[in-house]
Amino acid sequence: MPRSPRRHFLTLSATTLGGLLVYTLDRKSARLHAQTSALKVPLRFFTEDEALAIAAAAARIFPADESGPGADEAGVVIYIDRQLASAYGRDHYRYTQPPFEPGVPEQGYQGKETPREIYRAGLKMLGPFHTLAPAEQDARLKQIDTTVFFSLLRTHTIEGMFCDPMHGGNAGMIGWQMIGFPGPRMSYFDDVDQHYGAAFRPKPESLAQMLGRPVTPGEDTET
Amino acid sequence: MKTLPPVDVAIVGGGWTGLTMAKELATRTGLKILVLERGGPHKTRDYLDNMDELDYAIRLRTMQPIRDETVTLRHSVRNRALPIRQYGSFLPGTGVGGSGEHWSGISYRYYPHDFQRVSHLVDKYGRARLPENCAVRDWPISYDDLEPYYERAERLMGISGKAGNLRGTKVEGGNIFEGRRQSEYPTPPMKMPYLAALFRDATHSLGYHPFPLPAATTSVPYTNPDGVPRAGCAYCGYCERFGCMIGAKAQPTNTLMPVLTRRNNFEMRTGAWVRRIVAEGAHVRGVRYADSRGNEVFQPADLVFLASWTLNNTRLLLLSGIGAPYDPETGKGVVGSHLTHQVSVPAATLFFDKPQNAFMGAGSAGIAIGDFDFLDHTDLDFVSGGALYTVCYGTRPIANFGVVPPSVRTRWGAEWKKAALHNYDRTGLVRFYGEHLAYRDNYMDLDPVYKDRLGDPLLRLTLDWKDNERNMVRFITNRAVQVGQVMGAVEIQPFQGLKRYQATRYQGTHIQGGTIIGAKQTDSVVNMYLQHWQAPNLFVLGASAFPQNPSSNPTLTAVALTIRAADAVIQRYLKHPGALA
Ligand SMILES: Cc1cc2nc3c(=O)[nH]c(=O)nc-3n(C[C@H](O)[C@H](O)[C@H](O)COP(=O)(O)OP(=O)(O)OC[C@H]3O[C@@H](n4cnc5c(N)ncnc54)[C@H](O)[C@@H]3O)c2cc1C
Ligand code: SF4
Repeated sequence: MPRSPRRHFLTLSATTLGGLLVYTLDRKSARLHAQTSALKVPLRFFTEDEALAIAAAAARIFPADESGPGADEAGVVIYIDRQLASAYGRDHYRYTQPPFEPGVPEQGYQGKETPREIYRAGLKMLGPFHTLAPAEQDARLKQIDTTVFFSLLRTHTIEGMFCDPMHGGNAGMIGWQMIGFPGPRMSYFDDVDQHYGAAFRPKPESLAQMLGRPVTPGEDTET
Repeated sequence: MKTLPPVDVAIVGGGWTGLTMAKELATRTGLKILVLERGGPHKTRDYLDNMDELDYAIRLRTMQPIRDETVTLRHSVRNRALPIRQYGSFLPGTGVGGSGEHWSGISYRYYPHDFQRVSHLVDKYGRARLPENCAVRDWPISYDDLEPYYERAERLMGISGKAGNLRGTKVEGGNIFEGRRQSEYPTPPMKMPYLAALFRDATHSLGYHPFPLPAATTSVPYTNPDGVPRAGCAYCGYCERFGCMIGAKAQPTNTLMPVLTRRNNFEMRTGAWVRRIVAEGAHVRGVRYADSRGNEVFQPADLVFLASWTLNNTRLLLLSGIGAPYDPETGKGVVGSHLTHQVSVPAATLFFDKPQNAFMGAGSAGIAIGDFDFLDHTDLDFVSGGALYTVCYGTRPIANFGVVPPSVRTRWGAEWKKAALHNYDRTGLVRFYGEHLAYRDNYMDLDPVYKDRLGDPLLRLTLDWKDNERNMVRFITNRAVQVGQVMGAVEIQPFQGLKRYQATRYQGTHIQGGTIIGAKQTDSVVNMYLQHWQAPNLFVLGASAFPQNPSSNPTLTAVALTIRAADAVIQRYLKHPGALA
């Protein structure tokens, strides 16, 4: 798919990120303090406008509100951008031999479109989504919430909220903090049959933190 | 095509059954053993870096690459089969250890009646009660025939549990319904997470008989009879769909490979995609495979073991033209018949007001009841059964986020988010693993349209549920809801019912049939030693031999049958090559 060679960046302001996070960008960590000015994230797949539209839609699916931060704060759009740029975006994890025929739902998704193509078509449905008011945004999502695109975007939003931060989402492990998930741990031997009915909430650690060394995420290893 | 120097034994597939056979032969004979495995190597130390839900439990990076090969599915011969394009209802592994690397480790023995299934049903209720098109069979062996091999399989893996029938004496706290065992489990039961404790107390108070799930996620450090030491489980929760990073879960790589790599009569050849078993009349000459560079290779062998898991075993026999393909119209032919997929459903999703800390657990840490395997079906509209249980396998955030009680209607936005956050660690499942009877019209053959990456036809599944399974699930769902109420759930989402077979909902990699075991060569593919009736130097290992699906998970039985076959090969076949039955 020929794309413009111009490098696109997503500009994240300290306010979007809530000023609280360690944010991993192309393997570099940065702490965004309220006083830090904008941070430019190089995009791998989306154009800047596309990224803004997807970020806005993900933020309506998983909004920031009094129950906690949302898709913007977790960096969901960065997660999606990296997945789509990787072999996954080209349908590496699907059987894609023809003929493509419509089936019954029990046979599973039979479409020909790759995740990238589904997003490009979905972006057309969204239009300049980030410029709309929240109520208009919700109304537009309601119109499309039975489409393949929406269902993929919803799935990816959840993935971007709760994946290991090495994948670009769940920045600062805010997703894990909200649900009390501690991340990968070597052992719960002493706790697994304790704490019955009472919250046991060890502080979250990412895989790289647990191992004390970086791990290469799948999206950076496949061809 | 290159022809390689011959070996004594070629084993196709390096999972539980293939490597169990390899270990028996390599340690007890001087034969030169070659395992041909399509995927790559796996080592315990890699599994530490694999503790990532996205790459391993969602992108499924240790599963057989579905872009290369899948199966097609249709519900009946009248429908059009289409490829299962992304993984859903089952997850075959690839690489050394096969699915035995990322399995959960629930390791039941089958019940004695499972081996005499059709006689048992007919004796109890009469032939008229068998569902239409029912193809359920008796096995050619009994539970007692297999009992010593169950014991060897349990010791090999270090299964944790509590006996419920020790040499005929019922033992409270174990599964009192089980067949008579000669010995206690090798290791004590797993620790009990909160949900399991709730389930145990509730089922006990309702008069059922809870027992700890027999577990290959071994509870304490254990050294097996081969001298292979393994750690005890740490309940890390990265278990089902993951290899164990400390080697506590019995996997072929930590249980069999340590023995095999010390033998110089053993070779593991990875990246070898076997495409044909090469036969000349009744004699198998070897196998043809594509190596990792795509070169076609002929590997001659005196003895061939097909151990590539249910679907691949069936497909390779069909592709190789060994044995007559099953034809559902005429009932003639044998290869591909008796396709079953364990009926596995989330019978009741429970919502609690207390946190569960469900991230802690292990693939087979849980509690089950066997009472529904022993129903009196006289007044019921089905004749099968299964286990109700709860397993605390370690919930994963991506897969489990978004489960909300039936009272919440939205699936996105603020209201949904709030409910999903609140309920994330307040849910629990009462699951049902039920029997799947065999039917004449559930079967496998080669797909006429779709091909794998190398151009060979895919396997086609013709598979659907019948009223017997639907009615059983409806009955059990009601019981599960009752258990959930006693467990203290504040809201319960009952399972919506089995409709048509779905390729999209994960229900366990417990698929059986295709190369079934039997007493007569006219209606089965292998004899009671898993030896091919028509080609005595070919053996077919694994759950493809099971004529129907008993309610419990298949692996322990598949491994026990493999050890039994190995004994027959070593004690009889090698002395007098030829038919063993
Ligand atoms: C997520 C999950 C959870 C499970 N939990 C349980 C459980 O709790 N209890 C239970 O009893 N069972 C469980 N199972 C099932 C269990 O893993 C299998 O029953 C068991 O591994 C089967 O052993 P096998 O030797 O027949 O096949 P496998 O272990 O799958 O090995 C087959 C091997 O053959 C190779 N192969 C396939 N085709 C070819 C070819 N053409 N050429 C060369 N090599 C080939 C494959 O790459 C694979 O390595 C689970 C499975 C999964 C996926
Ligand atoms: S739960 Fe236990 S057996 Fe499973 S991977 Fe963790 S330590 Fe290993």
